[in-house]
Amino acid sequence: MKFDTPATTNPIDRLKVIGQPTDRIEGPLKTCGQAPYAYEQHEAAQHQAYGFMVGSAIAKGRITRMDLDQARAAPGVLAIVTAANAGKLGKGKYNAAHLLAGPEVQHYHQAVALVVAETFEQARAAAQLVHVEYSVDKGRFDLAAVRDQGVEPKDELPDVRHGDFDTAFAAAAVQFDQTYSTPDQSHAMMEPHATLAAWQGDHLTLWTSNQMIAWSVGDIAATLGLPKDKVRLISPYIGGGFGGKLFIRADAILAALGARLASRPVKVALARPQMANNTTHRPATLQRIRLGATTDGKLTAIAHEGWSGNLAEGKVELAAQPSQLLYAGENRLVSMRLAPLDLPEGNAMRAPGEAPGLMVLEIAMDEMAEKLKLDPIQFRILNDTQVDPVKTERPFSRRRLIECLQTGAEHFGWDKRNATPGTRREGRWLIGMGVAAAIRNNLLVKSGAKVRLERDGKITVETDMTDIGTGSYTIIAQTAAEMMGVELADVTVHLGDSNFPVSSGSGGQFGANCSTAGVYAACMKLREAVTKKLGMTEGEAVFAEGHVQLGSRQVPLRNAAQNGAIEAEDSIEFADLAKQYQQSTFGAHFVEVAVDAFTGEVRVRRMLAVCSAGRILNPKTARSQVIGAMTMGVGAALMEELAVDKRLGFFVNHDLAGYEVPVHADIPHQEVIFLDETDPISSPMKAKGVGELGICGVSAAVANAIYNATGARVREYPITLDKILDSLPPMI
Amino acid sequence: MNDHPPSGLSRRRFLILGAVTATAFALPPFISLKAYAAHLEQPAMANVTFEVNGKPQALEVDNRTTLLDALREHLHLTGSKKGCDHGQCGACTVIVDGRRINSCLTLAVMQDGAKVTTVEGLGLPDRLHPMQAAFIKHDGYQCGYCTPGQICSAVAALKEIRDGIPSHASPSLTEPPQLITSELQERMSGNICRCGAYSNIIEAISEVAEVSA
Ligand code: FES
Ligand code: FES
Repeated sequence: MKFDTPATTNPIDRLKVIGQPTDRIEGPLKTCGQAPYAYEQHEAAQHQAYGFMVGSAIAKGRITRMDLDQARAAPGVLAIVTAANAGKLGKGKYNAAHLLAGPEVQHYHQAVALVVAETFEQARAAAQLVHVEYSVDKGRFDLAAVRDQGVEPKDELPDVRHGDFDTAFAAAAVQFDQTYSTPDQSHAMMEPHATLAAWQGDHLTLWTSNQMIAWSVGDIAATLGLPKDKVRLISPYIGGGFGGKLFIRADAILAALGARLASRPVKVALARPQMANNTTHRPATLQRIRLGATTDGKLTAIAHEGWSGNLAEGKVELAAQPSQLLYAGENRLVSMRLAPLDLPEGNAMRAPGEAPGLMVLEIAMDEMAEKLKLDPIQFRILNDTQVDPVKTERPFSRRRLIECLQTGAEHFGWDKRNATPGTRREGRWLIGMGVAAAIRNNLLVKSGAKVRLERDGKITVETDMTDIGTGSYTIIAQTAAEMMGVELADVTVHLGDSNFPVSSGSGGQFGANCSTAGVYAACMKLREAVTKKLGMTEGEAVFAEGHVQLGSRQVPLRNAAQNGAIEAEDSIEFADLAKQYQQSTFGAHFVEVAVDAFTGEVRVRRMLAVCSAGRILNPKTARSQVIGAMTMGVGAALMEELAVDKRLGFFVNHDLAGYEVPVHADIPHQEVIFLDETDPISSPMKAKGVGELGICGVSAAVANAIYNATGARVREYPITLDKILDSLPPMI
Repeated sequence: MNDHPPSGLSRRRFLILGAVTATAFALPPFISLKAYAAHLEQPAMANVTFEVNGKPQALEVDNRTTLLDALREHLHLTGSKKGCDHGQCGACTVIVDGRRINSCLTLAVMQDGAKVTTVEGLGLPDRLHPMQAAFIKHDGYQCGYCTPGQICSAVAALKEIRDGIPSHASPSLTEPPQLITSELQERMSGNICRCGAYSNIIEAISEVAEVSA
């Protein structure tokens, strides 16, 4: 199905099942420990052996010698994979560095070997006996030191120069110019990357933890030099991804190589302390914001320039991107520079670009509002735009940022905020409120599904879509139930198997809208087949309550499948509505903090997000996506930072004790309001996404609240107490 | 819990292997590689019997096998999750003799005679434990990977409060702790949820506990 004109009324609009806050359909399995994740596929293959990865001890250089004798002789060892016996390996399209090093080493903890043994304990112990000698090359590990070597990422974000920024900025009555930094961050999903690999002849099956099945089939085939049709990926449950499992990682390739060498199925999980340096992370950025405005607060000049680093084939972090679209202003400069670094590969993490970009832009807006003596909400409203500010002939499909801000302000009690920092005190606590705007673009990706009407009248859906905690199982079942007019309980959903039709996968907050639109397309085809079978083709039949109705004739749906199940497959393909309209989601985040007047300890007391994101397919699971993202935003604001050892070139705090993420005690009750809306430009579902919108701007709202509480303006994330201690108001 | 080394295993050797298990990434300086390799020639095995979810289990395990791996890899009870294997995340939380522990931080051989309850023992999809039902109702999870640990931890945390065990958040060490949100948040802080379901998890636990916030 081609989606090339805005959606009109369709069966989804009945909202009998879609739009309802139903519980997750896989909930009983997950809460009872019955949902099998990648490392838990005991039934999938017999005689599984265990693999344990050995990571490089240097960041850059060459392996000069490997001594495997001791490891080989250790009890239970079956095989040791190294570059020397792995055969020729290619590199996946989505990987910057090789997944197995040797002789060249590209980053710290890059895999250098996999030890396969009968038991986990034996594999782990023998991995300690792999001796590797290296010759070390000098590497570049300090973004600030290499920032001037940055080049324009022409394919990803060529410089946006609109109007004449320099002249307009120089002429502006009120000017603002500040530089900020955001650190490297780790996805730190709770399930480590893990894979079970089994060969049958030249056919490879991988049970793995992966967000993008079709991409990853391609990359495994490319890396191992196999035809794609010899690779099968199965990924029914994924213990979190956040972008860290968009791509195949070392566990998948090493498990496949280990299984081949040991002639046994082999499973590999990265050990937690290996994850931060072996896999990808959100790259650190430096960002400079310049704003020029009239005295009454109209922005006339906006410049957002950013720098990030990466390995040779890695990408830039598109932090400046949101400044292309968020605010009006005739003169604009938006640019990123990509500098060479030899740290582990930087790549997408929840809301890449927008998350670190808004961490900065939305502090700058707060600072500028203060300079203009305007309320920060008023300042943002004043500079709203309903069209793409750079291509003004392109309207936003839906943009209700102002309503998000106003609704939130009213709900949160913004009028109780004192604009003068450091003036509200409750005992030892300084209290402050902060706000930030959120924008995250709506991406559209082709997505397919197969739908079957079974003989008993039940519906089965199959697609290679994944559920990484996002609620895919549930909203896909809701979509099929709505389309076919059956109860939610009558729908079975199978996900995450490369034998199923290719879907959008989970990433870029496009999964919910695109994958359900794909199911919609397949259901439309199935409805056609059903009405044909029932001889109800004259006019538009209604599918409801387990029946098909046309005029006065009503037939149970299951009658159509009396003589055998009926199957239909289709995908949704998006034409160029995205060119005519800018499609984005919007939100406003409100945060109240209490800062200890003596120690500078920050406690987040209240949080509210208001989202404008098209139709909300399931308010319960969508709300969870938003609060989860808000939580990650608090982490980014207050604690998350991969500390770089700039001499040796690695992330020092590479486990969950050193890399701090929010825990229960850090997070208050969170509120989310979804504006009631549909976006017919986006898809037949009229939905967009919320999973990444939820993190956009949160950290800046926390930062702004801390400023309001204390007068401490911190421009280097995370805002740890050492950075605010000196700026706290006098004690008495 | 057994606090003596299992029979057939010298205390010294037990300690060495234990220490190695805990430091998987660097051998401590006081253990030479040679001595270590010698110890590895034959993995030290031990018999252990304990009760898991009401069923007696007899296992022969490598002394380095954690309780978590005994459950997951030997008994195929994969409800208990491995998020870190280092006591940093809580995903492996199970209830042993009535108290919650990180099952990655204890060796199976140390649990001889113990009564272990895992998430599978609390309830199953057709007969959910009230805590499991509350997690579903309040959407106290997303990816589900931390969830069994959160649920075991929550069940045991409520018992700790009922048993009068104070926490860092308790205003007094002598008065009985109260069923209030701050107590729950404090007691649950060893269970990380990177999906960030905390707000919903606390609502689920509160409903089960009938907490008045
Ligand atoms: S796996 Fe035991 S605490 Fe993380
Ligand atoms: S539900 Fe994913 S980590 Fe908690």
